[in-house]
Amino acid sequence: MNPSVDALRATFGGSTAIGRALESCGDTIVYVGREALLDVMAWLRDTPGQTYDYLVDVTAVEYRDRERPLEVMYGLRSLARRADLRVKVELDPQGDLTVDSVVPLWRGADWLEREAFDMFGITFRGHPDLRRILMWETYAEGYPLRKDFPLRGRFSRAEQVRQALAAHPEAHYSLEELSIADAYAELPGDMKERLRRGERGTLPDSE
Amino acid sequence: MKRVIETKQVAGQSPNYLLAKFQDLIDWAVNSSRANSLWPMPFGTACCAIEFMATAASRYDFARFGMERQAFSPRQADVLICAGRLPFKLAPVIRRIYDQMPQPKWVISMGACASTGGIFDNYAMVQGIDTIVPVDVYVPGCPPRPEGLLYGVLLLHKKIKGESLFDRVPRRDEQPLDDHGLRLPPEQIDEISEPFGNSVHQFRSA
Repeated sequence: MNPSVDALRATFGGSTAIGRALESCGDTIVYVGREALLDVMAWLRDTPGQTYDYLVDVTAVEYRDRERPLEVMYGLRSLARRADLRVKVELDPQGDLTVDSVVPLWRGADWLEREAFDMFGITFRGHPDLRRILMWETYAEGYPLRKDFPLRGRFSRAEQVRQALAAHPEAHYSLEELSIADAYAELPGDMKERLRRGERGTLPDSE
Repeated sequence: MKRVIETKQVAGQSPNYLLAKFQDLIDWAVNSSRANSLWPMPFGTACCAIEFMATAASRYDFARFGMERQAFSPRQADVLICAGRLPFKLAPVIRRIYDQMPQPKWVISMGACASTGGIFDNYAMVQGIDTIVPVDVYVPGCPPRPEGLLYGVLLLHKKIKGESLFDRVPRRDEQPLDDHGLRLPPEQIDEISEPFGNSVHQFRSA
């Protein structure tokens, strides 16, 4: 068992923040309450003697057993100490799938959390740019890795083909990115100039 | 074209006989030129592209069949070779590439995934690229060996040599129909495509 678990219990022991911990195939898994996640992660990253400075992966697991909760998994590694710790947050798959984003702690969590959002529909509160990353922007069939998602998708093949062909192949800028026009006043000058020349996106009429 | 066939049947009696012969001569010249200098546009998305590269490399060398120049630009290409599975996200891309190719153009669907979706009978994969672009030659295999692709190319040669310059039908631009996104009516697709893929519950049209 990783000694970080005992240190976590000593620090956050008064609350229900730290759940059970177990060892699987040599890796230590510790369950953390969703409210305490950001505090625990910041403590694990910044405390001397812990220094989990590398976020290996963020993903999620939904089990076929409907009684089991959906788990959001964070793989942590301390590069200096060569120690691994797996942190999990349990969510009710029928309920509110929201956890705090760890992007403020590890910038590398950005696309990992976007993938978890794309595939499982988990909302990462505080993520700077939470939108689909693998499926396309206008994908409307749901979240493919959820257990209630049919293997072939929800729409008919003909409808899927129709929607795919209706997509614009060069529209790799999302609607969110195009809404940069709303923040036009704060843009740097050269970007304003490029937008004025109609390079990308559209401008509001007021400008 | 119909007239040409009719005049051939009365060869010797009709003054159109010479015209028909002349048209045959032009067809032979044009088709031989086209068939023996195909410029392929490789659209490699998966492991089939590895076999495609092996076909292009020295041991198999499809330059022997006139495909010396691989056109990585659709506007200078004759034949689109889709090597590998095609996700829905790439469907508008291959459609755009096909539309950018100048006539005459042909398409080879290389491998099981490009032809039917293969084992990827799931939410993300196009079940056969012929729902997106018209296909001339299907090369089965997972992936097909280079000999298989070469055989497909030779079949395409055969098909090209059977075309006629005076027959406008193969030259028409095929666009997907608007209402259901298919190029043929759904009943017709089910009739000519059944059974398909590895699933007995699935039809091309739905």
